[in-house]
Amino acid sequence: MSRLGTIAHRLYSGEVSYDFVGKRRRWYAISGIILLLALIGLFGRGLNLGIEFKGGSEFTVPNTTATVEQARASAEAANITDPIVTQVGDKNIRIQTQALTPTQSAAVTMQLSQDLGVPQGNIAVTLVGPSWGAEITQRAVQGLVVFLVLVVVFLSAYFEWRLAVAALVALIHDLVITIGIYALTGFEVTPATVIGVLTILGFSLYDTVVVFDKVKENTRAITSGNRATYSEAANLALNQTLVRSINTSVVALLPVTAILVVGVGLLGAGTLKDLALALFIGTAAGTYSSIFIATPVACQLQERRPEMKALAARVAQRRAGGDSRSGRARKTSGTGTATAVLDDVEVDSEMSSGITPEDIGGAVAPTGPRSQPKKNQARSKRKK
Amino acid sequence: MAAPTQKHTNPERTLAILGLVVLLLGIWTFWPGQSHVPKLGLDLRGGTQVILTPTANQGGQVVTDDQLKQAVEIIRQRVDGFGVAESEVTTQGSGQNASIIVSIPGVTDSAVLNTLATTAKLDFRPVLIEAVGGVTPTTSPTPSASGTGSSSATPSASASTTITPSASASAGSPSASSNGTAITSALQGTATSASPTASASPSASSSASPRATASTDKNGVTSVDGNPPIQSANNDAALQAAFTSLDCTKPVARKGGLADPTQFLVTCSKDGALKYLLDKAAVRGTEIASASAGLSQSGGGWEVNLTFTSTGAQQFATVTGQLAQNPSPQNQFGIVLDGLVESSPYVSTAILGGSAVITGSFTADEAKALANVLKYGSLPVSLEVSSVEQVSPTLGQDQLDAGLIAGALGLLLVVIYLVIYYRALGLVATASLMVAAAITYFVFVLLSRQLGLALSLAGVAGAIVAIGITADSFVVYFERIRDEIREGRSLRAAGDAGWIRARRTILAADFVSFLAAVVLYFLSVGSVRGFAFTLGLTTVVDVAVAFLFTRPLVSLLMRSAWFTSGSAWTGLSPDRLGVKPALVEVDTHQRHAAAETKES
Repeated sequence: MSRLGTIAHRLYSGEVSYDFVGKRRRWYAISGIILLLALIGLFGRGLNLGIEFKGGSEFTVPNTTATVEQARASAEAANITDPIVTQVGDKNIRIQTQALTPTQSAAVTMQLSQDLGVPQGNIAVTLVGPSWGAEITQRAVQGLVVFLVLVVVFLSAYFEWRLAVAALVALIHDLVITIGIYALTGFEVTPATVIGVLTILGFSLYDTVVVFDKVKENTRAITSGNRATYSEAANLALNQTLVRSINTSVVALLPVTAILVVGVGLLGAGTLKDLALALFIGTAAGTYSSIFIATPVACQLQERRPEMKALAARVAQRRAGGDSRSGRARKTSGTGTATAVLDDVEVDSEMSSGITPEDIGGAVAPTGPRSQPKKNQARSKRKK
Repeated sequence: MAAPTQKHTNPERTLAILGLVVLLLGIWTFWPGQSHVPKLGLDLRGGTQVILTPTANQGGQVVTDDQLKQAVEIIRQRVDGFGVAESEVTTQGSGQNASIIVSIPGVTDSAVLNTLATTAKLDFRPVLIEAVGGVTPTTSPTPSASGTGSSSATPSASASTTITPSASASAGSPSASSNGTAITSALQGTATSASPTASASPSASSSASPRATASTDKNGVTSVDGNPPIQSANNDAALQAAFTSLDCTKPVARKGGLADPTQFLVTCSKDGALKYLLDKAAVRGTEIASASAGLSQSGGGWEVNLTFTSTGAQQFATVTGQLAQNPSPQNQFGIVLDGLVESSPYVSTAILGGSAVITGSFTADEAKALANVLKYGSLPVSLEVSSVEQVSPTLGQDQLDAGLIAGALGLLLVVIYLVIYYRALGLVATASLMVAAAITYFVFVLLSRQLGLALSLAGVAGAIVAIGITADSFVVYFERIRDEIREGRSLRAAGDAGWIRARRTILAADFVSFLAAVVLYFLSVGSVRGFAFTLGLTTVVDVAVAFLFTRPLVSLLMRSAWFTSGSAWTGLSPDRLGVKPALVEVDTHQRHAAAETKES
């Protein structure tokens, strides 16, 4: 049965395994390049902040047949210098100006209403004072910092500090990439974008927590044995939760896609689009980082511990010492990460190499049958 | 086989209890005679939202809570003047971060903005003419004599207040006897001694008789839409005509506004019962040093004490001295806040000491309200418009429609994916999503009804995003069950063991989401808050549904004959999960054959 379920089973049993942890340098390099680009974008081009952050005024004229030029002429007639006029969606025109007083804004509204033939009450107006924009920004940053601190505290308590640090690294990774994409593409950053980014943080962590929970489970009693190193057990956990990660990401992305499509299609711009765009970029980055960044970083931190080094040495010794299960030479990396799994995806029907749930001992299934033939028996009995 | 390690109550009972709770919530939500939909935010129904930031006039000072409260009262009064139902004035934060949020649904007029943006001013102005609040009958020719005759005596009698020297209980009581409110000076001795003769200016106005020619602008009379504050540099016929035709019973006439202290003013009392033609400001509110409400020493009920600065004391002494000489109603002065008359106490003697007491038949609340108004005169706070958001009802409707369509589409996509991937379990997930959606909707309607919570576009977006996050919990659980089956457990055991493991993951992951929501809620303003609230609410609902609905339902299904049969449509058949003999690679048919052979 060459079905997704079958692949999932092979991933789970360790038959098919992808070496995420051992290949970490590759992923670090890829992420490094993306992060570098993001930082270049951020410091080179900077963010295109919406008026909510830098202060300013925005007028949206709905359902108008007027051209951008007409709208610009009208705004200039109301004594506005250098208005930024853009077409939004099919029939809306948006005019952005520097921060205006309510009186000035009323004058612009009246002028636009008169020139473009739209009732005054239909023109949407947003005025933001410069200091208010600064305050919004400050609060957003404040919220971010408080959130990150709380998350580290919680994850340290729930897992341990090394995993919390790894989760934080992945989180910052997602954050920088998302912000970088905004800088590079010049998408406007509005409060809705900030909401989106903060939600991503929650989601990115959700994914990481799911993976780490499995890592924690697989490595619970690992130091008492000599069958697998921490990295190997963690890598198995990654493979075991791969289908889950993909499914949770797809399921989370579907409604976001719906918002994005409907937001852009029906409204052209605004809260919905800003929110969904940030979510879309961030969720993708979040899924990537929980697999390719969070766990490898966690492994690196863990492998530094003396007991994990000792374990890695024992595992290497056992394998070197005529372990006939595998004819392959085992690689041992400099930091003590013994990678017993395969390069790239490869199916090994004899299960001769690769770490299986059995290898990591009692951590996985304290009760229940251990070996495949028994499983078959059990099922056959049920079928009677 | 592995025994379930978890002691759980029977699933039927859990489901029944949840069903009952949801049913009750539903009945409460759809109880006749109440709104069955959540209140919509301004971005969805159209309207104006203004955020005002109070700042201390003196650098380095912090706005106190008390000052903030007074500022809110002023704004609320202006907003109420628009007569729009469900207008709201709320505060957020305190001290340096305090802001006042004004929401006026359905109104996108730019005049609203002008009114809100103006800084309130408090003045004391001598009363020239006073009349009942409605349109004065123009047919009756009004005698020229200073407007005394034109105003009916009754309203002033019922509503008037007295101002007296504050320390003089004896001086205060006689004036209070002539019903109404009086103001007296604080220092009895000086108050009674000096009575300066009236200088010409305040009473000079009373000469002109109203003529019917009123073309406002030409005559220098300024007003917004003919509503107070109506101002003019001269107390001429045009201004008096405006006074005659003014109808204070209309709410729009009582919205107030900025009144120029150097001009004559035609305006209404705050409650609209009376209308006034007032002189230029005699004493500015900024000259008030303090004001407080208290019980009269002499047992005369509630009264308001106020003291002036030294400049204010001199000005006040002059004007009270003049007013005391005049007949009613010109012995009164109007306490004008924001272009509207808060109170108009009469004066019987000049008040010289710089402190005075206003007496009358006040209730405790009335006295405190008046004291607050007077304090506002010395309120060292100015209000700055930080942000304005005006959304037309059409655009609001568009946004609501887009949100609902996106929600329906998102839900549909998730359901399709779940059903294709998880088959029967996908239906369980769909049912769980429906239950979660119903609970979220009920809670929203009820919170909206009980606490006035409004659903914003960001909130709608939050709810849509929550579909995915809620469904993720089910994915985590289902994948866990599959893992357990791969471990070789029986269906029922897998359902139980999978839950124990998934439960922790779901709780941990949801806790992080909830944390994000709480932090966002407390550290943000405006639309972000609405989003955070929805996200937090849906996270809690997610946990409740996973524990009280999905889990018991799966538990029940695992016992059913159909699920145990291992049909491919259950989403949990070992075959579909790829569980197979490990040592021999065979196809399904061979495997079955092999198994049968073995058993036989």
